[in-house]
Amino acid sequence: MPSTTINPTRMELTRLKGRLKTAQRGHKLLKDKRDELMKQFMDVVRENRALRRRVEEALIRAHGSFTVASALMSPEMLEQALMCPKQSVELDMTFENVMSVDVPRYEFRTKQDDPAQIYPYGFAQTSGELDDAVSEMASVFQDMLKLAQIEKTSQLLAEEIEKTRRRVNALEYVKIPQMQENIKYITMKLDENERANTIRLMKVKDMILKEALEEKRAETAKAAGMSAN
Amino acid sequence: MYRIAVLGDKDSVLGFKALGLDVFPADSPDTARPILHRLAKQGYAIVYLTEQLAAGMGAEIARYKDELTPAIILIPGKEGSLGIGMEQIKTAVERAVGADIL
Repeated sequence: MPSTTINPTRMELTRLKGRLKTAQRGHKLLKDKRDELMKQFMDVVRENRALRRRVEEALIRAHGSFTVASALMSPEMLEQALMCPKQSVELDMTFENVMSVDVPRYEFRTKQDDPAQIYPYGFAQTSGELDDAVSEMASVFQDMLKLAQIEKTSQLLAEEIEKTRRRVNALEYVKIPQMQENIKYITMKLDENERANTIRLMKVKDMILKEALEEKRAETAKAAGMSAN
Repeated sequence: MYRIAVLGDKDSVLGFKALGLDVFPADSPDTARPILHRLAKQGYAIVYLTEQLAAGMGAEIARYKDELTPAIILIPGKEGSLGIGMEQIKTAVERAVGADIL
């Protein structure tokens, strides 16, 4: 039995058949979309893992250098040295469309192009370790930006895949079987009505014949009685 | 024009200042939370967040996960990596595929 009450009419049947066709086409398309998204996602995630590992290692190294530098300098001096950065970064964000998912593309511009110009302090009062730390930070920054882009992409793709997967499953396991069952129910009901109609007609025909026969019989009996008199 | 922010404890974020990023020191998740929301409103495209802070800010990070901006990227603080960043990649895979297949 169908879960909801439906009208077993021909119009409903045509409508349902149309919907089933659309659902099946949609299901196929969504399935293709899911597969392609998954393929792209896998590539992104692999890159993401490798990049994250690299960035984390480099950052931990840079933090180590900073710790050494801060051990050699007083905290006030350190802060003073880094207080007014020479370098500044401007970020441009554009969007790329990956299978109807907008993912960000970052492009950044730095004010200072010369890598030797990034140190915002004079070298006289700071230790050499600080220079190492800052240059390590600067070298890892490029990767950090790439990591941001890839990680965001993978998060957005994961969300889209989840949505698509749910839709595919809903269509495949709920919607389409339900419609097929409804169509079956209507066809059976209509066939049943058809048979009932035929039987009724046969029955009516029988009754009419029987009536006519009895009438005829009564007439002949009457005629026989009259001729006997 | 978008900007990049770094959110973390004072010692961890100091180095990023030299690179010209906008640095916001916060010592605990409680102080970091309002800063993060403010940054999200102010048009920061990327927020680098130390894992030490991220450990106590799961709900906030999840909230911005599906938004285009900001991208909240976890970085190890000066105490080292807690593995939350890697864990997040794993969660993303599980979310998409339904199982961890890597």
